[in-house]
Amino acid sequence: MTTGSRGGDEILLAFTRALRAGGVPVTQDRAQEFLAATARLGAGDPNAVRLAGRATLCAGPDDLARFDQVFEAFFNARHGLPRERPAIQQDVNHDQLPMDDADAGGLEQADDVIRAAASATEVLRHRDVASLTAGEKQRLAAMFATLRPRPPLRRTARHQRWHRGQVDAHRTLRDSLRRMGEPSEIAWRRRARKPRRVVLLVDVSGSMSSYADALLRLSQTLTQGMTNVETFTIGTRVTHVTRAMRIKDPERALVAAGDTVPDWSGGTRLGETLRFFLDRWGQRGMARGAVVVVFSDGWERGDASVLAEQMARLRRIAHRVVWVNPHRGKDGYEAVQTGVLAALPFCDDFVAGHSLATYADLVEVLADA
Amino acid sequence: MPELGGVTSAADVVGLLGRTGYLADDELATVTYLMLAMQRPLLLEGEPGTGKTALAEALADALELPLVRLQCYEGIDASQALYDWDFPRQILHLRALEASGGAGVEEAEKSLYDERFLLARPVLAALQQSPALLLVDEIDRADDEFEAFLLEVLSTWQVSIPELGTVKAATPPVVVLTSNRTRELHDALKRRCLYHWIEHPGLERELQIVRSRAPEVSDDLARQVVTVVQDLRTRDLTKPPGVAETLDWAQALNYLGTAELDLASAASTLGALVKYREDADRVRQALDQLLRT
Repeated sequence: MTTGSRGGDEILLAFTRALRAGGVPVTQDRAQEFLAATARLGAGDPNAVRLAGRATLCAGPDDLARFDQVFEAFFNARHGLPRERPAIQQDVNHDQLPMDDADAGGLEQADDVIRAAASATEVLRHRDVASLTAGEKQRLAAMFATLRPRPPLRRTARHQRWHRGQVDAHRTLRDSLRRMGEPSEIAWRRRARKPRRVVLLVDVSGSMSSYADALLRLSQTLTQGMTNVETFTIGTRVTHVTRAMRIKDPERALVAAGDTVPDWSGGTRLGETLRFFLDRWGQRGMARGAVVVVFSDGWERGDASVLAEQMARLRRIAHRVVWVNPHRGKDGYEAVQTGVLAALPFCDDFVAGHSLATYADLVEVLADA
Repeated sequence: MPELGGVTSAADVVGLLGRTGYLADDELATVTYLMLAMQRPLLLEGEPGTGKTALAEALADALELPLVRLQCYEGIDASQALYDWDFPRQILHLRALEASGGAGVEEAEKSLYDERFLLARPVLAALQQSPALLLVDEIDRADDEFEAFLLEVLSTWQVSIPELGTVKAATPPVVVLTSNRTRELHDALKRRCLYHWIEHPGLERELQIVRSRAPEVSDDLARQVVTVVQDLRTRDLTKPPGVAETLDWAQALNYLGTAELDLASAASTLGALVKYREDADRVRQALDQLLRT
């Protein structure tokens, strides 16, 4: 780079921008760090620039892979420009109000309309999500806000102050020491409680595509309502979408999740994806002592014995394994899919998941887990 | 800016660490150099057993800095990381004063909050002993609140103790954080740090590591062991063996007086290499193939 340091910096900053477009969350101060680091290592050496970038701009193994791709495309583009990224689909319609037909009538009809709307809402609660029209889906989306998730609790090793329970000898003595050994109030304690981690594994393969939207909405609601929720989508790959689920606005959260998940409506290799999840995250601690919820219909294209083995592994690590099957609540359902049959012995709960009412039940199951 | 240990390039880091027996690759050396030069904490992630903690230990050794280790765990709080007052000693001190019929009230009170009653926990110790190397091990095990607290210390390099005043490091300590990624760390903390993901080493490097860490193991055995371990990592194991396991296994074989790896000796020492029953079964099958060829 012979253009002098100013020109060099501009190129490097342009690179950070390209990186941001490529999906690595580069902030301004990180970019500054990057410039400082390249200045130390010498901006003339491409490998030094690469190493400096990996150290300063990345924050996880996923970032590292993306970084290498963008770096390759940005600095080593040989045949013209790098491949264009597919445009983000933005067909979310915000204009239509949820209950747009309710304000059609005059004042005298208002009461009827409200009653009709109320019963329509009740019906909607029990309808199968997959069979809804676009308008109904939108109305249902607003109703997700009525779910009130409560986190499952676990006892921790530590104690907390409480007004009854065991005598807290330590604190009592220490209090009395503060008063030069004068005895004073007796302190009490009990085992502290903390929210247990909840891990959601959402199947986004082809057979589940009509439920994916509702399930991600549910995940977003759960993430917002509890403190410690991690969400992954599973299909042909495992994608960590917790970051997207943390966005407050459900519509934007879903768009963000849509951008990160590469395998919408693909095939299912439940066993293998589960193994990948357990290797990469679960075994290290994310699933340890957690309540793990698998949303899937159990259609397994791969070897069911792999799934059984991995479910057994999951069962040993997790506190509780909940399997949510959208088909379970339907008439005439029998657990015949190879995947479900293989997984069922290792599940603590096997619940339905096709309508809002069943999601409300799931919230209860989670709270009691 | 004075460079610690006279390090002015990544090659210096390789040399320094090499002398302590830690073999760093190019990328790790560069990151370590940047960390020292830019005075930034270094966040190390990677599979267990790839030498994250060992790097901090080697670095402390190489730079001749005292290593202060803060092992994180769930529920760790400021009084276990920063400082605490030694109540029993304070009380003893008061009783002693009483017995001697000594000082007045104010003086006695003042003497209670003396530095000698202060129990310096790792972070404060690292600031007091500056320059020092602070190793924050397995930060992912601590709670979010603790991360926020650590963030504050890492950005200002000072700790204020209401009774005593502020303790500030003369030179900021070298800080290494390690994480096993059981949970995602907060972005604010990551932003303050340089990041590096440690991979399993390649064949030649791992061989060098075995030679330098376990010189008693014969060359032939070391090569056989490393070749097998490298192959096992490409297979599908619940927990692929790390470098630490390779070393353990090589040493175990050596203790048994094995000159050449065969099925019987491998099977009897498998416990040093894999720690899951399912893995042990798979490894036995794989060994059968590997050793026959």
